[in-house]
Amino acid sequence: MFLEYDAAVFSRMLTGLTLGFHIIFATIGVGVPLMIAFAEWMGLRKHDEHYRLLARRWARGFVVTVAVGVVTGTSIGLQLNLLWPNFMQLAGQTISLPLFMEVFAFFFEAIFLGIYLYTWDRFKNRTRHFLLMIPIVIGASFSAFFITSVNSFMNAPRGFELTNGVITNIHPLAAMFNPAAPTKTAHVLVTCYLTSAFVLGMIGAVKMLKGDRHVYHKKALQLTMTAAFVFSIGTVGIGDLSGKYLAEYQPEKLAAAEWHFKTQTEAPLVVGGVLKEGNNVQYALEVPYALSILAHGTPSAEVTGLEEFAQEDRPPLIVHYFFDSMVAIGMYLVFIPLLYLVFRWKKPGWLHHKVLLWGIAAGGPLSILATELGWVYAEVGRQPWILHDIMRTPEGATTSEHVDAMLYLFIGLYAVLGISSAVVLRKMFKNNPVAHELESRGIDRRGGSS
Amino acid sequence: MTYEILGITVLWLFLYGYLIVGSIDFGAGFFHFYNKLSRKNYQVNKLIQRYLSPVWEVTNVFLVFFFVGIVGFFPDTAYYYGTALLVPGSISIVLIAIRGSYYAFNTYGSKDSRVYSFLYGISGLLIPASFTIVLTISEGGYLDVSEGSVTLLLRELLTSTYSWSVVVLAVVSVLYISAAFLTYYSYQAGDRASHQVFRRYTLLWAGPAILASLLIFYTISRHNPEHFQNMLDISWMFMLSFLFFLGAVMLIYRERRLGLAFVLVMLQFFSAWFGYGASHLPYLLYPHLTIYDGFVNETMAAALIAAFIAGLLLLIPSLVLLMRLFLFDADYVRGNR
Repeated sequence: MFLEYDAAVFSRMLTGLTLGFHIIFATIGVGVPLMIAFAEWMGLRKHDEHYRLLARRWARGFVVTVAVGVVTGTSIGLQLNLLWPNFMQLAGQTISLPLFMEVFAFFFEAIFLGIYLYTWDRFKNRTRHFLLMIPIVIGASFSAFFITSVNSFMNAPRGFELTNGVITNIHPLAAMFNPAAPTKTAHVLVTCYLTSAFVLGMIGAVKMLKGDRHVYHKKALQLTMTAAFVFSIGTVGIGDLSGKYLAEYQPEKLAAAEWHFKTQTEAPLVVGGVLKEGNNVQYALEVPYALSILAHGTPSAEVTGLEEFAQEDRPPLIVHYFFDSMVAIGMYLVFIPLLYLVFRWKKPGWLHHKVLLWGIAAGGPLSILATELGWVYAEVGRQPWILHDIMRTPEGATTSEHVDAMLYLFIGLYAVLGISSAVVLRKMFKNNPVAHELESRGIDRRGGSS
Repeated sequence: MTYEILGITVLWLFLYGYLIVGSIDFGAGFFHFYNKLSRKNYQVNKLIQRYLSPVWEVTNVFLVFFFVGIVGFFPDTAYYYGTALLVPGSISIVLIAIRGSYYAFNTYGSKDSRVYSFLYGISGLLIPASFTIVLTISEGGYLDVSEGSVTLLLRELLTSTYSWSVVVLAVVSVLYISAAFLTYYSYQAGDRASHQVFRRYTLLWAGPAILASLLIFYTISRHNPEHFQNMLDISWMFMLSFLFFLGAVMLIYRERRLGLAFVLVMLQFFSAWFGYGASHLPYLLYPHLTIYDGFVNETMAAALIAAFIAGLLLLIPSLVLLMRLFLFDADYVRGNR
């Protein structure tokens, strides 16, 4: 509207919009099946119908989010071709294998999800129904793995040679298992699990804050917070390894995130702050040696600074804030489940204290926010490249003159889908509250709280 | 068989899968809405819901397979079609998004809503219509390819009788295929009333379906004579298709062997679809792109084919399980489970 038309800029905005909307549903789509599997498994092992109902209700809500995840996933899949035809022409030659396999993994998941949803009471042996969840978890996690390996290829392109615009010597597996793949895929997977645990934990916490003290919700909290603790520790560990990956393969991305300008040993970690003229950092908290440790594991290590790179090859410096906010939320997501477990161990009386419940409830939206921030950092931090050191972003974009109109069209679409799915989910659970379902299924007699 | 032919055949097969499964799905959605609107025969709607519910996601995957596969096997298609199709492609995405989500909202949400049913019923019919644009464009004459850019000639596209006859064929075929399937399915379910409704729909749409195909022959002979000549060279495939059509209509009219009747419908479209596809070769886009100059490197082609075979070994047993549990489980179809 007020911008001068530039197809590449609008293509970036539209891709960012679609991905930003899609990853909310994709994250839930990858993580929630695992949580459902945990709940159903607990129900079987402990012969506890509460856990089984938990799995059942989660699955019911999950279906709605999956639907939006599927259609927005189709949307991004097509948009990659429509908005980045030149990039996809090159990508088709080099990285189409995991893209192709992602569809298989998702197909596998979709088939079993269809079966799972409609067979709750169909098998005499209940373990069989639980077993259906395993291919769903595998399919969901593998599709995340494959698609993230494509993204990691954009960060660390391998498995081909480019001479005078001709691609030769192609190795599809080397492209897929590029140096960025291990840390990136692990990071995406574990944070999907973490976010899902928090989103589901949030539901229980909100119910309890509203005064529903049913043991059903307490069991939900215990399950989700225990899982969240494990995943949050995993997130921290993988985050550390990601730092080491960046230091070695994309030092400018790390340096931009840390506002680290001069190459130096014993580098401190810059937290927060404001950038003044001449790359002077002010009001920041500096943690001595921390960047050297993050980058190379030892306090004395030398960390490459941003000044080693030509101006036109540097990522925008704003990514510092995205990175810091993501890490701060990550810390919060370690702290809350840790607090929960400590209370359970030492101070059971405080376990369902209002403050902790609020803390868990806030973890839901915060974890999604961290996912968004992480994606923005990952994508903006890779700029100016769409394919690191090989293709600059504008070179990959379409030349079409109508990307702006499409951007507005999709803003409208996602607004409508977002609102509709929220309304549908709300109605679904409002019209069939837990207490009612516990009773109608004969799990509880009246007043089952403890 | 060369890699090029193998690749395009596999992709064409997937698009055929989408044509059948998608038609059943989209047509059923439309009938669901139509019956709801005219407050007829509520039984039919329950039946449609029963069929659609467990398999809706599977439909979409056929489509995704195709477009991921075509960029994998023929990366240059991304350049030509990707640039030209931004606007029509985006409209298709919006339709798919509306169709998929509102179907789910209506089915899994707490109540059956008229607005939601309208949204997914209508968008389902528009999706095939919007996708046919790709096939139309592939005939050539609708793109301006000049140094470094590809543009869609929208005016030519919108004023072309060929492109509109393809749209008509798409919509009519969706209704015909879907009605034929639901005739069989309602019969299996023992729902006499619905069965009669769908039998009538099938016979009603059979005539227009054939007329629309004839219209295509006529318009393509004028739009792309080269392609038309190739079609005449393998005219036996289209004759075969017509025979399958006659067989299917006959069986449905006489209410005999309805399962076989639907198989004949599938064969009718199979032979026409592959007849069209085979005569289109070697062009992916007249006259700019053939399967030979747009093909991916051999290493990737081999890797994709290996992944494809491994994937099929995993998927086919799963699909069989899905069908045995839902589509072909007599108790489930009758609503006893």
